[in-house]
Amino acid sequence: MIEELARLARRDGPVTVLKQGRVLVVRAGDVVVKAHPPDTDEHALRARLEAAGNLPGVMLAPLGLERLDGRLVTIWPAGEALTIADVDAGTTPWEEGGRLLALLHARPAPPGLPPAGGPSRLPRAMADLRAAGVPDAVAAPVLAAYATLPPARDGGTLTHGDWHLGQIVRHDGAWLLIDPDDLGGGDPAWDLARPAAWYAAGLLDPRDWERLLTAYLAAGGTAVSADDPWRELDAPARALTVQLAATAVATAARAGDPPDDAAMALVSACGRIVAAAKAET
Amino acid sequence: MQCPKCRGNMRTFDRNGVHIEQCDNCRGIFLDYGELETLTRMESQWAQQHYAPPPPAHGGPAWGGHHGGGHYGHRRNSWVGMLFSS
Repeated sequence: MIEELARLARRDGPVTVLKQGRVLVVRAGDVVVKAHPPDTDEHALRARLEAAGNLPGVMLAPLGLERLDGRLVTIWPAGEALTIADVDAGTTPWEEGGRLLALLHARPAPPGLPPAGGPSRLPRAMADLRAAGVPDAVAAPVLAAYATLPPARDGGTLTHGDWHLGQIVRHDGAWLLIDPDDLGGGDPAWDLARPAAWYAAGLLDPRDWERLLTAYLAAGGTAVSADDPWRELDAPARALTVQLAATAVATAARAGDPPDDAAMALVSACGRIVAAAKAET
Repeated sequence: MQCPKCRGNMRTFDRNGVHIEQCDNCRGIFLDYGELETLTRMESQWAQQHYAPPPPAHGGPAWGGHHGGGHYGHRRNSWVGMLFSS
């Protein structure tokens, strides 16, 4: 499949596999080719690609959509992605992330765009947790926190749906959001909820969190209120904490490893969510 | 001892373990070797005790955790992968 994908790129140059899992992502020359999961909804993907193509300066626009062995394949200009070296060197462009999300949230959601994919990731993560054979003592706080979560708020704001540091690239000198697979109408606070959950778990340096949030608000971001961002962030950040904890402990269990300190920081945060929910009732 | 600047008389004081000479005439101060470093160290200790880091500008949730600084700084755990994955 890798060779066939590279052929779809119609480019000379070295072929590199960037990601291999539910999706297969291959770089060939100056383009990136992505084979989407076999169960991808074509109608929804087409609507998302069209939306991404109409967000100049905010999102990377696709070059094409093809089909290969029954799978949908999208073709993209290759951007320059962030790496762990950027994180280690302290050169992560948190401000750019905040600015781009604010710009995205300011745009109207085109009619016909499906709901953003963020909230639907949580039940999938919980199913992973239950199936992975995680020890009861580790799984219990995550399951208990899940039971306290309020239902996700609906919303019609244009929302990325799956934002993390792998979702910005530099292309022609400008930073852009990539990957519209979860793009849709939703509660935009979900786009900030993953870093908010990292911060609340004690994983993300408070200074980095402030850089992201300050830049988001300075760029006119509307997902959260400037005087009390946690009013809107609290519920989605709790949901993301549970989701990240479930994914982290399930991944460790599948690898036969005990959960590491980052996973346990998220499990501890789940324990605090349960305590906070008890105190609120 | 004579002041190297105005030739006035210098008197010795001890201030919190730092040995200083001050000129009676021009009030200039002379420090012995290493005493400037001692003062700098004492100043930074004082500052640490008196200026706690400011609270985050945008607050945090009621269930927020402790930022111990560096506990999760080791890049070999799953944290750094989490920054880049769904």
